[in-house]
Amino acid sequence: MSMKFSTKNFNERTKDNISDDFMRKAVASAQERLHSRQLDAAEELGSWEEWRSHGEEIRQHVLENLDYYLYQLSENVAERGGHVFFAKTAQEASAYVRDVIVKKEGKKVVKSKSMVTEEINLNAVLEEAGCEVIETDLGEYILQVDDHDPPSHIVAPALHKNREQIRAVFTEKLDYKNTSKPEELALHAREKLRQEFLAADIGITGCNFAIAETGSISLVTNEGNARLVSALPKTQITVMGMERIVPSFEEFEVLVSLLTRSAVGQKLTSYVTALTGPRDAGDADGPEEFHLVIVDNGRSEILGTEFQSVLQCIRCAACVNVCPVYRHIGGHSYGSIYSGPIGAVLSPLLGGYDDFKELPFASTLCGACTDACPVKIPLHELLHQHRRVIVEEEGRSPISEKLAMKAFGIGASSNPLYSMGAKVASTAMKPLTKNNRISKGPGPLKDWTDLREFPAVGNTRFRDWFYDQKGGK
Amino acid sequence: MAGTIQNRDSFLGEIATRLGREPKMQVEKPVWKYQPQRAVLTDASADELLEVLRKQCQQIHTDLVETTLANLANALNETVKLYGGGPLSLWKDPRFAEFGLSDLIETKWPSEEMEVNSWDTTLGDKNIVRAEQANVGITFSDLTLAESGTVVLFSSADKGRSVSLLPTHYIAIIPKSTLVPRITQAADLIREKLDNGELVPSCINFITGPSNSADIEMNLVVGVHGPVKATYIVVGDS
Repeated sequence: MSMKFSTKNFNERTKDNISDDFMRKAVASAQERLHSRQLDAAEELGSWEEWRSHGEEIRQHVLENLDYYLYQLSENVAERGGHVFFAKTAQEASAYVRDVIVKKEGKKVVKSKSMVTEEINLNAVLEEAGCEVIETDLGEYILQVDDHDPPSHIVAPALHKNREQIRAVFTEKLDYKNTSKPEELALHAREKLRQEFLAADIGITGCNFAIAETGSISLVTNEGNARLVSALPKTQITVMGMERIVPSFEEFEVLVSLLTRSAVGQKLTSYVTALTGPRDAGDADGPEEFHLVIVDNGRSEILGTEFQSVLQCIRCAACVNVCPVYRHIGGHSYGSIYSGPIGAVLSPLLGGYDDFKELPFASTLCGACTDACPVKIPLHELLHQHRRVIVEEEGRSPISEKLAMKAFGIGASSNPLYSMGAKVASTAMKPLTKNNRISKGPGPLKDWTDLREFPAVGNTRFRDWFYDQKGGK
Repeated sequence: MAGTIQNRDSFLGEIATRLGREPKMQVEKPVWKYQPQRAVLTDASADELLEVLRKQCQQIHTDLVETTLANLANALNETVKLYGGGPLSLWKDPRFAEFGLSDLIETKWPSEEMEVNSWDTTLGDKNIVRAEQANVGITFSDLTLAESGTVVLFSSADKGRSVSLLPTHYIAIIPKSTLVPRITQAADLIREKLDNGELVPSCINFITGPSNSADIEMNLVVGVHGPVKATYIVVGDS
């Protein structure tokens, strides 16, 4: 799957999802649970604001010196016998991974959860080259088995599915015979996937944070699948977005502490694994060969711009879990693997305004995302910046809005025209007014009145009322 | 043998250009303005840290057994039996002997026809097969984080990654002296090793209870790809 997964436009996608009652209930309850877990974890830790500020200063320092830390990382990976490939584009990245696998004559690939491998469309490229690619995170596995249903949440990708749907998919595709109890479904996946882990020749992982000083990569999971992917296959390939790096273990532990609390409310997840190079001499498990692919794919173009702070992101989804818009439209409406507020900022930057120009407008600018962010990305301000760029620099605001603004501009800059407009407004809107409300608006008003009523225009102009109150004085 | 690095100069050059400067060859880490992690449980005594660990184990679905050095063999044997016995997968670790477990491992368990496999690097892949078939995996904790209830394992030729991962059940033996406040102290220990000229091991695992998932309707399922149950056995100093 590439970053963009839908050919429908934003309105169509939203319409499909907003009528999906199960999805909307599931999203609402997941949001409440995950957000309250973050709040509890933050309160238990104490000095949360200080933690956020520390997270922010670390991420800002790394971005300002990104070339240096990537240099140091690559030196240290190579020194430990790992291979490093810097990929400018998605195509370069996935082609390199494919070539490594073809050279190793790899057939079976097991993968742990990774957003960046989705972004570079890796699975499709590998399948085209004749590989079997198996997602091993339970949520990702469910989606893959269900004919590649797209993820709807950065941390909980199968959030939109209920247990009956999952049981039906398992029954149809995996010869499953038991009930829809999550325990039984998970056990079935465990048994199926354990065999795949043991038979796989290639393991592919993402990377939560690379550690420059030691040339390490790290994986944060609860299921343990990333450990299996990095312990059993003879070749490991890790793909990372170029900004996902920290100077040393001292900063690593701070960001992991912020990540696990913000994502799932845990002090640490069941497994946090720091891997350095291939297996050491004498080790009997771990990969014999290790490749690290560092992906740009549009990230460098964000550096040095007003959007640079979005690269501070540690992919915890805390912003998604508090977003009132995400709550109503769900993850699939965004049409990007990156959903919620972070997706609305990041998708247009990585994928362009052609496909994602609506996303910055899918926000109330309430700022809940900014408050929830553990590394203090000013998300709602960035959304606002996008709107400004779209309207001022790209000239892409919707045509009806452009016409309305133009007309308003003409009307408001001329005193007689403005006075006349204000005087006739009440009369002009009368045919549409019922009980002092407008419920079937014309033209640009229709999108609004489809959902709610518009108050009727009053009979008296404010200026006239004001004049009367003062008795003309 | 050193690995290869491809496309680095152009890639990093582009980053420097975007940041509006020449590529940087040397950067000193700043003195951070905030250090909240240094205030967490800093003054806690060993007993207080144990109390924190005790409470945290309830959160992470992990049984905690507290015992003395003299009774460790019994406690370990009981826990193994509770999990249904062998086959067992162990690290090859001198601490088993130091903590008085040689008799249990080398004599008692084999006499009960329980299969006991210690990690043996000369056997190569066979180690993985044995760990996969094991009912219980047993390791020591190299460092124990009270706040999160985490055992930290540093891999080596004798300390395979699979022992704490592939068996159905997992037991970590925690010498009380390995208890520290939180992951901050793990980073400090790694700093110490680096300052002494050591390399970090190829794999450092921070393990917090058994594996789990909430991917189906946000319902917690304990036991997914890794062990389905875990017990920590804390050994006091006397």
